[in-house]
Amino acid sequence: MDIKKHIEETNYQNYVKQSMPKSHLLKECVMAFIVGGLICVLGEALNDLGEMVFRLDEDGVNAFRSAVLIFLGALFTGIGIYDVLGRFAGAGSIVPITGFANSIVSPALEYKWEGYVLGVGAKLFTIAGPVLVYGISSSIIVGVIYYIIGVV
Amino acid sequence: MNYLWAFIIGGLICRGGQILLSKTSMTPARILVLFVTAGVVLTALGLYEPLVKLGGAGAQVPLTGFGYALAKGAFKGVNESGLLGALSGGVKGTAAGIASAVIFGYLIALIFTPKTKK
Repeated sequence: MDIKKHIEETNYQNYVKQSMPKSHLLKECVMAFIVGGLICVLGEALNDLGEMVFRLDEDGVNAFRSAVLIFLGALFTGIGIYDVLGRFAGAGSIVPITGFANSIVSPALEYKWEGYVLGVGAKLFTIAGPVLVYGISSSIIVGVIYYIIGVV
Repeated sequence: MNYLWAFIIGGLICRGGQILLSKTSMTPARILVLFVTAGVVLTALGLYEPLVKLGGAGAQVPLTGFGYALAKGAFKGVNESGLLGALSGGVKGTAAGIASAVIFGYLIALIFTPKTKK
């Protein structure tokens, strides 16, 4: 039985090795988990700060947390630190709202030479544009469905 | 304890994004769009609210949380002012985030100069 189990395990390990992409998926996932998790811990600290120190209501806390994280994401992108972080954190730096700020500042900086209207002004929305289009549109659709269900 | 849950939930959501990034040829832009839309849909189905209750910022900070705020705003709008609220509620609920993204993004892009690519 032990031998059979051993063979099964070796087969499985070979199978895993074969199907693993050359990039180290496990390591990438761990890094994304840690960095993304830590950014969320920072968000939780901002929630507490807004609630306990500034005595904000729920909407106020949400606005405060979003604004501070977006500011930090934008600032660290400007300094050049966020892209260094992104190189080893992957989705851990893309998925949090700081990554949204990064996606706004990066193209705007890159196309600054095209001027302040069609360069900075337009490129701010290279990625934020689609995010807002799909996010806002789907929220309206969901809202309308909710309205119809309420009426019926 | 709140901080531990924020770390775990937020980490898991980001790990989900990493799997998409590594296993598929999805660009970061597509992942952000997918996550926002997923956040809206999951909130509408009532599946995201428990995650926010448990993980707090861990569920609010990832872009799915932006979708959550949009959908929640739309529902609140409908409750307060009917069909028109579906139109205004989502943006109203996320106004601070959208506006700070515009102003901070613009100011930072104005102040800093692009790094020369090596």
